[in-house]
Amino acid sequence: MSDITELDELDKKIINELQRDFPVCDHPFAVAAEQLGTTQENLIARVKRLMDEKILTRFGPLFNADRFGGGLSLCAIAVPEEDFDAVTEKVNAFPQVAHNYQRDHELNMWFVLATETPAELDETLEAIEAGTGLMVRNMPKLQEFYVGLHFEI
Amino acid sequence: MKSEANTQTMGDSNLPLEGTHTPLDRDIILATQSGLPLVAEPYQQIADQLGVDVSVIKERLTAMQQDGRIRRIGAVPNHYKLGYTGNGMSVWDVPDDQIQALGEMVGNLSFVSHCYHRPRFLPDWTYNLFAMVHGRNRDEVFEKAKQIEELLGEHCRAHDILFSTRILKKTGIRIGA
Repeated sequence: MSDITELDELDKKIINELQRDFPVCDHPFAVAAEQLGTTQENLIARVKRLMDEKILTRFGPLFNADRFGGGLSLCAIAVPEEDFDAVTEKVNAFPQVAHNYQRDHELNMWFVLATETPAELDETLEAIEAGTGLMVRNMPKLQEFYVGLHFEI
Repeated sequence: MKSEANTQTMGDSNLPLEGTHTPLDRDIILATQSGLPLVAEPYQQIADQLGVDVSVIKERLTAMQQDGRIRRIGAVPNHYKLGYTGNGMSVWDVPDDQIQALGEMVGNLSFVSHCYHRPRFLPDWTYNLFAMVHGRNRDEVFEKAKQIEELLGEHCRAHDILFSTRILKKTGIRIGA
């Protein structure tokens, strides 16, 4: 397992720089490499290594999930502690559940539902409520003020 | 420092491709959603794969960036591996008639990765503004939440920070599978 202490200065520059817009042109790695003061070959090798070591989780276009016409929402359930594992299993079994986190609050289960249609979102909410016997709070975003994060290292 | 990044991963559940996509856009999305090829001419490789000219690939990617279907092209670091292990969902109760200005202000803070207006569930869930805050530990997140509280000033009626204690599932969202 790698961590930040094993990254050299060029790795850090690469991680910082590649979080900005990667160019759309014939030789984008060559363009980015020039800005970083390295070669195209070295940059590609470094990015491969950072991906292999899971320091980068993705490299490519980042799509805006809610521009694709489906249902998308953040949902929360207050799960009794003693039932937590059983409810987790039931909720996670729905393929529409994309992420699920336990959080330190009375509303202790928070998950993102992503469905092919808005109607399927409502059906899935009802099915989760029926399956768990618990109320699901549906909190779709009403407005997005900002999405993104630049981790400078 | 902020940039137009998206930390949302694209994984395994399904989102459809709407009528607004040309069939080629759909093919480009399917070919690139797991990442760009790490080669000198990545767009050429996609073009070869799809049997079109590279200029068309570049043109469609640029169009999707402009209309917002692509937030950006670039790298997503694993923030845990970069030392950002404190990640809290801060939630705020602010007046609905002020939320536009307040949401933009909070969203502009460098340590906020996602900032949304979401519905309240009264009486027990009064929060309508959500801001994900990242720090190297919980204390750093508390300190940053304090900055948000000061920024909101008298408009902040209540707030909380929900730390994740366990990842229960993380398959992400896959488009047009």
